[in-house]
Amino acid sequence: MNRVNCMNELDYYCYLRTLDAEHEVPMFRDAMITFRYQMRLLLREPVWIVIVMIQPLLYLALFAPLLDPITRTPGFPPGDAWQVFVPGLLIQLGIFGSMFVGFGIIAEIRYGTVERMRVTPASRFGLLLGRVLRDTVVLLIQATLLTLIAVAFGLRVPVIGALITLGIVGLLGVSLASLSYAAGLWLKSEDALAPLLNMVSVPVLLLSGIMLPMTLAPGWLRRLAQLNPFSHVVDGARAAFRNDLGDISLVAGLIAAAALAVVGLAVATRTFQRESA
Amino acid sequence: MIKARGLARTFKNRRVTVDAVRGIDLDVEAGEIVGLLGPNGAGKTTTQRMLATLLIPTAGEATVAGCDLRRDPVGVRRQLGYVSQTGGTNPSAKVDEELVTQAQLYGMSRTAARTRAHQLRETLDLADLGDRVIKTLSGGQRRRLDIALGLMHDPRLVFLDEPSTGLDPQTRANLWSHIRALRDHRDGTILLTTHYLEEADALCDRILIIDAGKIVASGTPAELKRRISGDLVTFEVDDVPRAAELLRGCGDARDVTTVERGLRITVDRGETQALPLMRVLDDAGLKVGSLHIAHPSLDDVFLTLTGRSLRDAPPS
Repeated sequence: MNRVNCMNELDYYCYLRTLDAEHEVPMFRDAMITFRYQMRLLLREPVWIVIVMIQPLLYLALFAPLLDPITRTPGFPPGDAWQVFVPGLLIQLGIFGSMFVGFGIIAEIRYGTVERMRVTPASRFGLLLGRVLRDTVVLLIQATLLTLIAVAFGLRVPVIGALITLGIVGLLGVSLASLSYAAGLWLKSEDALAPLLNMVSVPVLLLSGIMLPMTLAPGWLRRLAQLNPFSHVVDGARAAFRNDLGDISLVAGLIAAAALAVVGLAVATRTFQRESA
Repeated sequence: MIKARGLARTFKNRRVTVDAVRGIDLDVEAGEIVGLLGPNGAGKTTTQRMLATLLIPTAGEATVAGCDLRRDPVGVRRQLGYVSQTGGTNPSAKVDEELVTQAQLYGMSRTAARTRAHQLRETLDLADLGDRVIKTLSGGQRRRLDIALGLMHDPRLVFLDEPSTGLDPQTRANLWSHIRALRDHRDGTILLTTHYLEEADALCDRILIIDAGKIVASGTPAELKRRISGDLVTFEVDDVPRAAELLRGCGDARDVTTVERGLRITVDRGETQALPLMRVLDDAGLKVGSLHIAHPSLDDVFLTLTGRSLRDAPPS
């Protein structure tokens, strides 16, 4: 009896049955398989999860104290310095923590794992979603830790508001991780991806009011910032932190974050499906 | 198992347009090992990648494992095992992680995937390496793992892109026996690409010689060699000039040339024609010292077909 063919009958039956499984949505099954695989790889070298957190922690310790005097400036939004600054830091973590995952997919292209998975019948959306989920889970853990540390520093935030903000950060993570994967699949080179990310991240950061609220800005700058969907996301997160749950800016922020997530996933799925990706 | 007609692929860059594959017709029967042989840049990998649904052909039609390449790519993927040239493993992953994940993506349950991974590791001499991190494997082990990944879902059709590139001769021979076993025991069909003559010669039932995006010849290794150059028969005789005179114009003997203490003659089939030629010499009372039959190499074939040697063909 040859060994290659000796998958025993029971196993083979299981295999056939799973192929025909109608009760499972293959897309989400593939996403979960990819998620577990990627998570296991990440947990083997968890150092960078910590490294990504160092930057916002430094901002929290070394920059936030400067904000206290500014809160008395006319035009400063309601809430104390922490309530204004921490949501911004969380959004910044959401942007910068997710933006660089594209480097990972370039490495995977080089290893050949992307191509190998593309020859399987697995759903392209599932292969993408599994990776994005991994990144989003990591991001949410980081954001939760950051919020707890900020509370230790003196932040006062209602639980509901904090949870809504984490939701916004999660949507942002989905969006930016997807877009970063799309860019990585498209450019296929670290040398091209790095300048692109720099080019995009600085204006996004400056025009979102993450560092200082845009209410302090002159009229032209404020109008420009309103074109940046991330500024609405930041405003929404600040409203949530103040517990202004009925505030129009919170609704706008949630819509902006959800729209960004949908657009990101759509663009990335298309890129994943495209033959040359 | 595979039927392709007029398959073509053009790559367009900003300025240059490259016709990598220019209209290939290809038929592969179940249970065959078919080799695409050609120099780098001939279009072997592009052809294989089109048939594996990784590249959309610019022209042409193909049916792979009963599924239409354009209309049912998922059907093709389900039945095909594909092992790319560079393999496809994450160096930080463990052997079984890759194997099990791969099988799950084909719809196998986790338990079935584990069992299957174990079996394949046994078969491919990777038995104790399930927990090893891939970057610690040797080149040969990694290549066998690549192949194991392509076989996890027990496909009837397997594509191997340059299966033995970068392996030492011993490991290569070992890999060949695994590939043969795949066909012999399971009636599997294998389409492989190679630029190694030895590999095509030793492994393939049929060879398609591909050059500059077109198939220039096809047949069994023996047929190809016979068709194009014939066999070389060398006699050692005592009276060389006399023997040359006798054999010239004898049957289909041609290119009668004198070599050291003997004669070299080109004939169509060395095995059947050497003895009659020897009898001619014997009848004339000449003493034949030795007889040697040499088959031309596939390199000779390639040289005849394309005017250049496969070994130093520049990548086009």
